[in-house]
Amino acid sequence: MERVATTVPTDQRADRRAKTTISGRPIAALYTPADVTAIDYQRDLADPGTFPYTRGLHPTGYAGKLWTMRQFAGFGTPAETNARYKQLLSAGGTGLSVAFDLPTLMGRDPDHELSLGEVGKCGVNVASLADMEALFEGIDLGAVSSSMTINSPAPMIFAMYLVVAEKHGADWRTLAGTIQNDILKEFIAQKEYIYPPRPSMRLITDIFSFCAESVPKWNTISVSGYHIREAGATAAQELAFTLRDGIEYVQYGIDAGLDVDTFVPRISFFFNAHSDFFEEIAKYRAARRIWARVMRDRFKARNPRSWQLRFHAQTAGVSLTAQQPYNNVVRTALQALAPVLAGAQSLHTNSLDEALALPTAEAATLALRTQQIIAFETGVTESVDPLAGSYFVERLTKDLEDEALAYFDTIDRMGGMVEAIERGYPQKEIAESAYRFQQSVERKEKVIVGVNEYAGNHDTPIGTLYIDETAGDVQLEALARIKASRDEARVRSSLDQLKAGAAGRANTMPLLLDAVRAYATVGEMCDALRDVWGEYQEIPVI
Amino acid sequence: MSPRIRVVIAKPGLDGHDRGARVIARALRDAGMEVIYTGLRQTPEQIVSAALQEDADVIGLSILSGAHMHICPRVMALLAEQGLHDVLVVVGGIIPDVDIPKLREIGVRGIFLPGTPMQEIVDFIREHARTRVGAA
Repeated sequence: MERVATTVPTDQRADRRAKTTISGRPIAALYTPADVTAIDYQRDLADPGTFPYTRGLHPTGYAGKLWTMRQFAGFGTPAETNARYKQLLSAGGTGLSVAFDLPTLMGRDPDHELSLGEVGKCGVNVASLADMEALFEGIDLGAVSSSMTINSPAPMIFAMYLVVAEKHGADWRTLAGTIQNDILKEFIAQKEYIYPPRPSMRLITDIFSFCAESVPKWNTISVSGYHIREAGATAAQELAFTLRDGIEYVQYGIDAGLDVDTFVPRISFFFNAHSDFFEEIAKYRAARRIWARVMRDRFKARNPRSWQLRFHAQTAGVSLTAQQPYNNVVRTALQALAPVLAGAQSLHTNSLDEALALPTAEAATLALRTQQIIAFETGVTESVDPLAGSYFVERLTKDLEDEALAYFDTIDRMGGMVEAIERGYPQKEIAESAYRFQQSVERKEKVIVGVNEYAGNHDTPIGTLYIDETAGDVQLEALARIKASRDEARVRSSLDQLKAGAAGRANTMPLLLDAVRAYATVGEMCDALRDVWGEYQEIPVI
Repeated sequence: MSPRIRVVIAKPGLDGHDRGARVIARALRDAGMEVIYTGLRQTPEQIVSAALQEDADVIGLSILSGAHMHICPRVMALLAEQGLHDVLVVVGGIIPDVDIPKLREIGVRGIFLPGTPMQEIVDFIREHARTRVGAA
């Protein structure tokens, strides 16, 4: 048997480390009733299912319905990913979540020069309707809900999904699923943008109004803190920037002439599930409280569904280590517990090998099993919001809320989130936090087991998924086949109409549906809009 | 005092995950190096041209997307074409074990995987960057 290191940090070290959360938030060793005197139960917490929903959206928590176990997956060709989806569904997964490759995310076809070496590497490649048909072959889109992580080309990919659903005989009015469609966090954090912020916002409000009329059960946007956190934000910054992004979308929707209660109920959220257990729980609870109050008081929404913040959570990819990868199973399980204790609507758990590669089928199954163990063996789902009333948790919830509201003031003074982004404000705040965290790791003020402490030279090698170049070749051939077999004149005319509509005020969704039905590619549709709106260039700052 | 080491930090390919590139750029600058960050989505041609224009001693490539086996050989070939044989090339990111020897073979000297301390990268560059004219 391997001897493991048994050195315990000295008292001095433990003292230095114990005082802040992973976000650098000071934490007291003891919380008492004195910490929660400003909190009023009816006003600030209230029973689950009642405003401001701090304690959850449903009176009975998970008793009626567990969260959706939705594992993000996609790699290689549509056929390869289709096989992985069927495996996840047969293993008890309850929803699909599509990971697209970088060419698709950036609106480039596989034959574009920038796609070289990237096709099928970080997700599945989808260039035309034919790929979308292959991706969902044999999966009943009327019965399963699908989440698609796609942002700048969200309208194009969504149009493809709708046409496939139509071909399956599914009714758009009952179709369930989500498109991420959150461009603001792309400018802030993940940087997968195409067009400048304002036309990008127009595409999003086009989807709001199209869906309100034609696909009423679809989640039109998943306002995402996940990537903001992964880029280095603190918990408070994740909370603040994400919710302020949400406010920006609501404001743009209203400015586009929509009634707040027609589109806000279809806005959903996506948060990170990071390692600092109580801070994360407080973050989700604060998010619900803030959103409910903002929607009721700032936007005068009357429909309770507009007040209710629904969220998906994913464990923190950035916390996974390449060293001692089995440790990641434990990290992920603990991270996943926080959103469950805070009433998440759906959850993705990362696989142990994701600091090294996209997950193998075995690793992805183990990640799903982790959720099933939490759901069915630990008993944590039996009572709603079990940590409510904890002096510590309630105080943290309040502190995070106050910090987020202070950020709202700063951003409002700048004129809104679009203006703040144009000034580089959230980007700089996040870069600062990322650097500060890295320095604290170097100084060992923050311990990463297996990396800066308890590092061994005995890493157990694990088998990883290696994606070779065949997906690229297959997709290039598929693209050539489609281009040779479609009605070229119909493609051209649909793209011309798309351009004209984008230059004017027409809703772009019906125009995109026409282009998709003509088998126009993602790259062609995105290029048509590039011609009209140009491309966004970030000014690089360090 | 020796002239400062000049480093071009670049993010090639389509990927936008720039946390690592930015953090390392800042760490190198804090360590006293002259750092030029190219920003996102640079082609190998743009990166090598930046290195030439900036008279760089070091090129640091941040690649997390799996495209390294396309990008790195191209960068090395372009450097050779320009006669920039003594520019130190280092790569940081998600690089599968099987690709590490292949990258070393084409002349990538430093390969830094997730979890590498910033100080280790600073030390490596100090030790291996070309000696500038006039340096001690």
